[in-house]
Amino acid sequence: MATSYNAKEEDGHHSGASSHGAAGVVKSKKPDNTAFKQQRLPAWQPILTAGTVLPAFFVIGLIFIPIGIGLYVSSNNIKEFEIDYTGVDISNPCYSCAKNFSWNSTTPCVCSMNFTLEQPFESNVFMYYGLSNFYQNHRRYVKSRDDSQLNGDQSALKNPSKECEPYRTSDGLPIAPCGAIANSLFNDTLELYHIDSNNTRNTIPLVKKGIAWWTDKHVKFRNPGFIKLNKHLCTNKPVNWRKPVYELDPSDPDNNGFINEDFIVWMRTAALPTFRKLYRIIQKKSNTTPTLPSGKYVLEITYNYPVLSFDGRKRMILSTISWMGGKNPFLGIAYITVGSICFFLGVVLLIIHHKYDTRSNSADIPN
Amino acid sequence: MARETEDPGMAKASKVKRQRKKKTKENKTRTVHANLLYDNAKGEENPNRHYANNKIKTTKYTVLSFLPKNLFEQFHRFANVYFVFIALLNFVPVVNAFQPELALAPVVFILSVTAIKDLWEDYRRHRSDKEINHMDCLVYSRAERSYVEKYWKEVRVGDFIRLRCNEILPADVLLLSSSDPDRLCHIETATLDGETNLKQRQVVRSFFDLDCDFDPIKYNSIIECEKPNNDLNRFRGYIIHRSGRRDALYKENLLLRGCTIRNTEEAVGIVIYAGHETKAMLNNNGPRYKRSKLERQMNVDVFWCVIILLVMCLFAAVGHGLWMFQYGDKRPVFDVLSPDGTDLSPIMSAIYLFLTMIIVFQVLIPISLFVSIEIVKICQVYFIHQDMELYDEETDSHLQCRALNITEDLGQMQYIFSDKTGTLTENKMVFRRCTVAGVEYSHDANARRLAMYQEMDSEEEECTSHGGTLPRRDSVTSHQSARVVLRSQSTKSHRRTGSRAEAKRASILSKHTAFSSPMEKDITPDPQLLDKVNECSSQMDFMRFHSQPMSQLPSDLADVIDFFIALTICNTVVVSSPNQPRQKVRVRFELKSPVKTIEDFIKRFTPSRLTSGSNNSSSSSLITNRSSNKGCSSMLSSPSAESTLTKLDEEQPPRDLEHNFGPVLPCYDGKAWNLEEGELRYEAESPDEAALVYAARAYKCSLVGRLPDQVTMELPHLGKLNFELLHTLGFDSTRKRMSVVVRHPLTDQITVYTKGADSVIMDLIKPPDTGKRQKKIVNRTQNYLNLYAADGLRTLCIAKKIMSKEQYACWLQHHLEAETAIQGREELLFESALRLETNLQLLGATGIEDRLQDGVPETIASLRKAGLQIWVLTGDKQETAVNIAYACKLLDPEEEILTLNADSQEACALLLEESLHYIQAKFLCSSTDQAAKAFHSNFTTFEIYPSSSPSSSSSSHTPPFMVHRLGLVIDGRTLAYALDKSLEDKFLAVARSCRSVLCCRSTPLQKSMVVKLVRNKLKVMTLAIGDGANDVSMIQVADVGVGISGQEGMQAVMASDFALPRFRYLQKLLLVHGHWCYSRLANMILYFFYKNAMFVALIFWYQFYCGFSGSAMIDQWYLIFFNLMFSAFPQLITGTLDKDVSAETLQQLPQLYVNGQNSEEYKPYMFWMNMIDAFYQSLVCFFIPYFAYADSDVDLFTWGTPFTTLALFTILVHLGIETKTWTWMNWLSIAFSIALFFTVALCYNASCPTCYSPSNPYWTMQRLLQDPLFYLLCVITPVAALLPRYFYRACQGTLFPSPVQVGRQNILSLSRVKVGSPLSPKPPFLSLAKPSPKGCNIKDQRSFPSSRASQEPVLQMDERGRRSPLGPRDSEKGLSDLCTLVPTEIDTLPYTKDAPPLSGEPWPPSTKDSECLDKTLEVSDVSLSSWITSTPVLAQTDSVQLNLPPDGDSQCAKYTRNSEERLKPDHTIHPAQRTEQAVEQLLHTTL
Repeated sequence: MATSYNAKEEDGHHSGASSHGAAGVVKSKKPDNTAFKQQRLPAWQPILTAGTVLPAFFVIGLIFIPIGIGLYVSSNNIKEFEIDYTGVDISNPCYSCAKNFSWNSTTPCVCSMNFTLEQPFESNVFMYYGLSNFYQNHRRYVKSRDDSQLNGDQSALKNPSKECEPYRTSDGLPIAPCGAIANSLFNDTLELYHIDSNNTRNTIPLVKKGIAWWTDKHVKFRNPGFIKLNKHLCTNKPVNWRKPVYELDPSDPDNNGFINEDFIVWMRTAALPTFRKLYRIIQKKSNTTPTLPSGKYVLEITYNYPVLSFDGRKRMILSTISWMGGKNPFLGIAYITVGSICFFLGVVLLIIHHKYDTRSNSADIPN
Repeated sequence: MARETEDPGMAKASKVKRQRKKKTKENKTRTVHANLLYDNAKGEENPNRHYANNKIKTTKYTVLSFLPKNLFEQFHRFANVYFVFIALLNFVPVVNAFQPELALAPVVFILSVTAIKDLWEDYRRHRSDKEINHMDCLVYSRAERSYVEKYWKEVRVGDFIRLRCNEILPADVLLLSSSDPDRLCHIETATLDGETNLKQRQVVRSFFDLDCDFDPIKYNSIIECEKPNNDLNRFRGYIIHRSGRRDALYKENLLLRGCTIRNTEEAVGIVIYAGHETKAMLNNNGPRYKRSKLERQMNVDVFWCVIILLVMCLFAAVGHGLWMFQYGDKRPVFDVLSPDGTDLSPIMSAIYLFLTMIIVFQVLIPISLFVSIEIVKICQVYFIHQDMELYDEETDSHLQCRALNITEDLGQMQYIFSDKTGTLTENKMVFRRCTVAGVEYSHDANARRLAMYQEMDSEEEECTSHGGTLPRRDSVTSHQSARVVLRSQSTKSHRRTGSRAEAKRASILSKHTAFSSPMEKDITPDPQLLDKVNECSSQMDFMRFHSQPMSQLPSDLADVIDFFIALTICNTVVVSSPNQPRQKVRVRFELKSPVKTIEDFIKRFTPSRLTSGSNNSSSSSLITNRSSNKGCSSMLSSPSAESTLTKLDEEQPPRDLEHNFGPVLPCYDGKAWNLEEGELRYEAESPDEAALVYAARAYKCSLVGRLPDQVTMELPHLGKLNFELLHTLGFDSTRKRMSVVVRHPLTDQITVYTKGADSVIMDLIKPPDTGKRQKKIVNRTQNYLNLYAADGLRTLCIAKKIMSKEQYACWLQHHLEAETAIQGREELLFESALRLETNLQLLGATGIEDRLQDGVPETIASLRKAGLQIWVLTGDKQETAVNIAYACKLLDPEEEILTLNADSQEACALLLEESLHYIQAKFLCSSTDQAAKAFHSNFTTFEIYPSSSPSSSSSSHTPPFMVHRLGLVIDGRTLAYALDKSLEDKFLAVARSCRSVLCCRSTPLQKSMVVKLVRNKLKVMTLAIGDGANDVSMIQVADVGVGISGQEGMQAVMASDFALPRFRYLQKLLLVHGHWCYSRLANMILYFFYKNAMFVALIFWYQFYCGFSGSAMIDQWYLIFFNLMFSAFPQLITGTLDKDVSAETLQQLPQLYVNGQNSEEYKPYMFWMNMIDAFYQSLVCFFIPYFAYADSDVDLFTWGTPFTTLALFTILVHLGIETKTWTWMNWLSIAFSIALFFTVALCYNASCPTCYSPSNPYWTMQRLLQDPLFYLLCVITPVAALLPRYFYRACQGTLFPSPVQVGRQNILSLSRVKVGSPLSPKPPFLSLAKPSPKGCNIKDQRSFPSSRASQEPVLQMDERGRRSPLGPRDSEKGLSDLCTLVPTEIDTLPYTKDAPPLSGEPWPPSTKDSECLDKTLEVSDVSLSSWITSTPVLAQTDSVQLNLPPDGDSQCAKYTRNSEERLKPDHTIHPAQRTEQAVEQLLHTTL
């Protein structure tokens, strides 16, 4: 860009200088004979015709189809189980909970759902809760948080960002954590029991740490240092919360307050209105036994989170993951499709090339 | 002029003067006092204090004003205001979408880039200003009582300045004293107007007689003059002395800033205008800004973008309203209340959202587009500047782009309006032939000499060795054969004129003298005429010796000598000697000033003085020997020994003869003259003058010296003669002539010599009834004039008039009155001149050849092939113009010419009407005819408007007019009628159907009117090219004005957008650079629209998944900087460097230019196609990641970041598909873009864990890079998105390639196969054009006759069928006769092959006509070839007779005459006119 400005300068200046008779030294104005200035840089000039392009199509097709197949297979190897516990139907055990529940109810409602896993889950199982029709990506919702506060900043704690409005203060006290995202924290509690052959409920150990990004847990979210998160702190809990932030996980100080992992996961707003969030991890115990053997299971839900008002759904998902993440056959299919289309178009071009494209290589045309 | 009533002589108190000054200020004059008088009274008292000082400041800004002023200027651009508005919208909390500060960033960035650019430019100006302001000059100081050095900037109006040789003038200075004995000062004005010749400036008259040095202290006059203006050629005012005397001031007294003093040791002057008020500064207006067609088109699409934006916003707003509405009163947790806690109704919410969406989608209106376009254009200008092929070595100048922002218009031109002289021709005038007293001197030897210049050009190296063996032309052979040979020679000559070799020679020989290449200087005299001159002068000498009255001289001889005297002295040529460069030769006897007053006149013209004067003047040097010239300055005043003369008499003729008839060695020839005669240099203001003076010198009548009051010329035998120069009435374009009034030293008569255009002189000739001889001379001269004109020579008539002393005294009185008048002085002088130039006696006429510039025919041919309509607008006379037009292939001998000459409005209307009918009858109804013609080698003309042929006229925007093989010639008078409101449409209708249009005798105003008419009515892109001041108006009117920086000064260049050194560069400028600039920019603009639409649409699709809340998954930083940084560079590189077709191919295939004319790179539908493609691509780019991440735990911005990446990849690959030429720069820029994105993303995502709300993308990119899914997406998405475009491009390249693509594809084969002729019709071209019968593959003209013959029946049938309704005028028999006649003729007459359609032209009245045609063909058989070979060289006396058609032929009349005669029944044929008509007619019938 520097050269370009010079060009303009020279030009603009000619007229000015010449009239002042500042012609001065007679220097040949002959332009330099360089490839760049004469626009003769060595260049590759691809010509897009059927003949030149069709190898590209075949190559793309040949590469994409195997990749697609690979992706599809690996996606299919992932085991996934999903159960909707919203309680829309009367038959659903959670129907009554859903029916009667709202944000202001104080007593938790518990319901449990039975399900059966047809196949054992071999490796680590990830337990997600899923929400549908929940617009966590709403523009004002996304903005409604104060990262400084969550990072343990004192001043932000006492004086949260304006973005948190209208969940910034309540009763004259600043809300911690402020904002709509925190306010709408998912607060159902899910517990999973395996019912073995002799009908005993075995609690399946759910690991609640390690579900958030490492950087979130250790860098972005921090408790406000030396001051213990307690009621002496002049903050208020978010309006929808039952308990203040310092009681999210009283059992483990490393998972309490702002660095509570469930909270951190929630704070990472989902991209689409139907989403899942990692809830717990079921660690593989040994190599011999599957993590979740096939059989009957009971999901016990402490039903706190109302979604019916906006026609939302709640799900519990159990899934293993592979190198490419969760179960999603789409990418495999997409690769196969695109590859096939390329291949097909390649064939079409081949035909076109044979039928029409005889000119470009023959010399008799441009006589 | 309030002051005129006052008594100015009295020294008034300064107070009075101040008052007066105020008054005069209102009266638009300026009063200048000497500063010295007011040195003590500083400041307040100085009457000059109100005038600008000499400090110049061309900068726009100061430190303080820069910011506000620059911003103010930038906000003139609407887009900037828009973007600022949007950025400010972000500060409103309800609607803001981005962080307000961030949203300001791009606008601030754009504004600051422009501001920095402006600042830099301004700084450059400041530096040069400073340099100039600190130059030194000598200013008189009262304190020091001498001249002291001061800076330029300290010079004030009223200062006395001493100037030394070679100094540059610091201001406009009134010349008060000069060291030159003649009180002259020479200046070089090259920096002002580009003219390299010296100009004389005179000391103000009242200071003329000062014997001692000028003493500023004694100066106490007051100068009153006009206000500063930018007219370089005008300065009026007067100086009032203390005595009360006032003297007029002229432009000859004013030295302009920027000029260089030459030849004068010292000069003193008083500053009149300083600094910014100098004429040079007032003339200096910087580069021009125009808006190009492409930009206009782009603005339409920007407007569409705004509409799309609004639609999208509206859609989103409605969607949001509905989305809100479905929840009713139950507010979901994620629907956050507005910041102030109020619950918004869906409608209010939708309204706010609308505004928010405008912010989010603002990227759709490409903010960086304008900046990018500017940058690309600057780069394009840079490359055009750097093109070696546009560099002219001779003048060391290259193309100048003065307008920076219309480069792409060069690729879209449709009409070219060209000046002739100096543009198509070299403006190097070469004396060719002359006629004196009705006798023609053909100057065969001279013609041969000229021919040999050409050969010398081609064989420059072998020149000396080969020269002697050059084929000698036998000058005694019959005129016929000689002529044919000569013609063919000079046909060649035209093509090679102005070659490097010649130019180099010229520049070596005469470094500084304009118009004096050896070709122009060394004229070989005609032996016959030379004899006469010698005879005449010896007789005169004899008579003088014997004191016989000169009137006894035979009248024809007297005419000869007068003719040469006129050639020599009737001009303003200055003589200088090369020994002391730029030092004029002083020939001076006594100090005399031109006649100033009546008393002076009476005093000087008393008989006694007359005789003494004549004796004195005639007793000049006698030695006519060439060697005498060397020492002329010293020898001039030596008394003469007249006896030696006779001796020399005897020697002279044989030597001359030998010289002329001896073996002509080209090199020797030139050198000899240079050595002997070349001692004197002539510096003329116009090339014609120089040519005539050189011509006269060839006859030993050389101009030796010129002073304001006397001209010295040297004649054979007679020696040096001093002509007392009484008056010079300079040339002007209204009078078209110039005159000198001299006292003839031999006859003592007061003689007026007039030289001018034949049309005006002929009217001023004494009525022919005065003498039979004179009448004969007039008739004959007119005859030859016509012939000269037909040969394409510029004609000038020479006339004289002898005045009695009484007449002169009477005239002088009036003239002096006129001269001293202040108001209306010009008009009075004009009238005075008219009074003088009457009743002239015709002496003769000259024919001067203006040679075509190098490569003009080729350039015109290829420009025409490129589909450009070329009109030539010239001030020359019709015949000359037509012949030059043939020579430069503007008119084709094969095509028919419509000549429109009308005497009245009605006649003009009728002519136009008939022409229109004729054209319609002849061409419009016959599509098959066109098709047939299209297969002619010149098919390109039809290809221009391929779709305008009747078969497919619907698809084109060009109106259903065809360009026929027709030429239109119209003269100035008719043009004036035709340009009338009532006729202009008809005129256009006729003109646009013609392939070429030639307007002769047109005034500058008419030129611009024609351009304006075509531009406005036809809505086409026009280019005007010219070199002189008379083209300025046309250049300014046209879309693109091109100036030729030739010999005629810089006015045209100053007014132009592009300045070329030569006409032929136009070819590369238009065909290559124009095409490139256009296609690059068009593609870049389209790409810009696509890019932004594609990127914005991604967010739009997302709105469906975020409740139309205006949420963006793409981080706002990426969103804002995507255009500005990540994707900006590759498109700039492509926009600057991409070449769709190589330069060679573009020049080989001018047809590709049509691409730009029809705006094929950027059609309105293409914008929409691009938009659709953009939406498709964005759909793919959105939904592939959407489904890949559907129902996963991905968070908003982790999901959004791949979008940026994908979009970047897709956009870059898209650019890759559209890039036609990949250089390392392209690769680099793409690699850089990608690297930049990832670097920025990684840094940004690692920089701050709590900032950048709301996205807070901490560590996002880092995590994504560990995710294989991300890479998989990056591969598949661009492929899927670009698949259709890639496939389409491939198919289109194969199935229906555009001409440009064909051109590209054929590059390879072109380089393999030798391409001689223009492209034969090739399926791709033709598919656009018209139904193609058979596989006609005619390669060149040679194969034409056969194909033509095969087409003939079609044509004939067609004509018959079409004509029958037209009425009884047509004779079918005649027609069929014609048609049968044709094929037989074709084989024998190669040049008349197109004669049938031509001379079968309008409506052959009877069968007799076909015979008549036959006859003409036969008669002109011999001469035809020469007529048609397009290059006029010589028209011999005999051949004229031969060519004059028999009387019967006049019926076979050309089209014009028919109508003319019908219009003027009482038309009496004037003899001269008669012949003119005959010649014209001959032209018509034969061509």
